[in-house]
Amino acid sequence: MSAPPPARRRWDGISFEERMATVDFRVGARAHITVDADVCRSCTTKACVSACPANLFAPTADGGILFNYEECFECGTCYMVCNSEGALTWTYPDGGHGVVFHHG
Amino acid sequence: MPEVAEFDAVVVGAGPAGSAAALALARAGRSVVLVERGPFPGAKNVYGGVVYGRVLDDIVPGWWEEVPVERWIVKRSTMMMTGTQSLSVDFRSDAWGAAPYNGMTTLRSHFDAWLAGKATDAGARLVTSTVATGLLRDVAGRVIGVRTDRDGAELHAPVVVACDGVNSLLAKEAGLLPRAEASHHTLGVKEVLDLPHGAINERFGVQDHEGVDMEVLGCTREIPGGGFLYTNADTVSVGVVLSLPQLAASGVRPEELVADLKAHPSVAPLLRGSSLREYAAHLIPEGGYDTMPALAADGMLVAGDAGAMTLAAGLWLEGVNFAIGSGWAAGRAVDRALTAGDCSARGLASYRADLESQFVLADHKRLRRAPSLVLSDRVQQRYPGLLCDLAEGMFTVTNPTPKAGGLKLTRAAAARHGVSLRQLATDTVRGLRIFG
Repeated sequence: MSAPPPARRRWDGISFEERMATVDFRVGARAHITVDADVCRSCTTKACVSACPANLFAPTADGGILFNYEECFECGTCYMVCNSEGALTWTYPDGGHGVVFHHG
Repeated sequence: MPEVAEFDAVVVGAGPAGSAAALALARAGRSVVLVERGPFPGAKNVYGGVVYGRVLDDIVPGWWEEVPVERWIVKRSTMMMTGTQSLSVDFRSDAWGAAPYNGMTTLRSHFDAWLAGKATDAGARLVTSTVATGLLRDVAGRVIGVRTDRDGAELHAPVVVACDGVNSLLAKEAGLLPRAEASHHTLGVKEVLDLPHGAINERFGVQDHEGVDMEVLGCTREIPGGGFLYTNADTVSVGVVLSLPQLAASGVRPEELVADLKAHPSVAPLLRGSSLREYAAHLIPEGGYDTMPALAADGMLVAGDAGAMTLAAGLWLEGVNFAIGSGWAAGRAVDRALTAGDCSARGLASYRADLESQFVLADHKRLRRAPSLVLSDRVQQRYPGLLCDLAEGMFTVTNPTPKAGGLKLTRAAAARHGVSLRQLATDTVRGLRIFG
C-alpha cells in the first residue's frame, strides 16, 4: 500500500469540534459546574483553560472565565488544578445526564 | 416527606468495585441496592485498558467463557522513545492466549454492565440514572444511607459502600478524603480509533482474538506521564496519562500529546488510515498507598478508585482488578458486620485487614515508593533518551572506527543526558529495592 499524506491529515487534522462530536452527551437542564468569574479575575494562572480535556473554559476580555457545561467529561481536572478558593462549584450532572462513554 | 427505601446495604457506583461489593452482599443473602448515576453501568468510566482476570476466578468461576472480551493480551510491549528513536522490549506468551488467560481488553460499557448483571442476577437491585447526592447520618454522626436526586428519595441502610470513583464526593463528605491533591492524580486522555480486525492483526503481529498492550515512556514532553496503545477487536485505544500539576503548569493541551504519540514514526504506521470513534478523558488516582483515604467510617466503607486503589507502578498498571478485589472484600466485610450487629468503623475493620492480607493492599504497600520514582525527572526526562542513545551507539556500525565498549557508550550517553554514573547506579538500586 502506498502511503499518501491523507492518513496523517485524517486524524491529526481533526478539529476540536469534530473530536468532541464523537462523544455522546445527554445534556441536562442544570449546569453541574459553575464558575465565579469575579474570583477568576484575580487568578494569574488560569490553569483550567489549557488543562480541561474538553476545552470548556474560555478566558473573557475582562479577565474572567466563561464555562460551558454541556460537553463536560465530569473528570475533575478543573477543580484539581484550580488555584482560587471558591472559583468553582463542582457537582455531578443529574442522574442519567452528562457524558455517556461507549468505548471507555 | 421524601420516599424512603430500606436495605441491608447501599452501594454507590456500579463500576467494578460497586458491582463486586453488591454481588458479595447479594450472594450472602443481603438486600442491597446499587446506585449508578449513568444511564447504564460503565457509562461514566474510562480506563487504559487491560482487565486482569485472576481476581474473578473465585467470584465468577469460568468467567472467561462469558465475559465481553475484545482481545486476550498475548503480547506486552514496553517502549521508550524520543522524537526520532524508540527502544522496545516485547514479551509474548502463548499461555496468555489460552484459558484461564492473563489479561484482556474490553470496553467499560460492556464489562461494567456484565459485572453489574452478575450482581442483579444474584438479587441486587440496580438503580441507574440516579445520583447519590449526599450522606444521611444519625444524631451520633453515623452514616445511615444516602439521599438521591430522584425527588429527594432516600436509601437507608446500616452501611453505605462508596464506590463512587476517583472524585468520590461521598468519601470527601465523610471526611475520609480531606482534600483532593492534584499531585496524586493524573489525567488520562484516550482516543478509540476504528481499524479493521485484519489490519490490527497484521500491524501488531497477532492473530484471531490475540491482543497487544503497549506502554510508552518518553512521549509526554516535559510533563511526567506516559502513553499507551491497546488493541480491541476492531478498534485501537491510544492515549496518554499526564501528571496534573505539570500539565496545568505547561499550558500544553492534552490532546496535543495524543497527537504527538500518534505521529511518532514508530506508532504512526500502526494507526495509518484509522478514524476517531470516540474521544474520552478521566482522572486516575495514581498516588498509591501513601495517599489513600481512611477506608472505613461508622456505617461506611470506601472501595475502588474512591479509595485510590489504582496501581500505577510503572511496570504494573492495574486498576479494574484492584477495584473488584476491594469491592468484593468490602461486601464481605459488610456482611460480617451485619451478622455481628456492629457497623461502626471498628465493626467494619475486617475490611482493611482483609485487603492487607491479599494483593490489593499488599501490592500497594510493597510498591508504595514506585509512583514517585516512575514520575521522577530522570526516569521521565532523561532515561528514555539515554537508553535510546545507548542502543543507537551499540547498533550503529562505525567502520573503520572500532566498536566502543559498553561502558564507554553508557558514559557518553549518560553525559549527553546530564546523568552521572553515580545517579544511574543509585536509581538502579532504588528501582531494585522498589520492584525487586
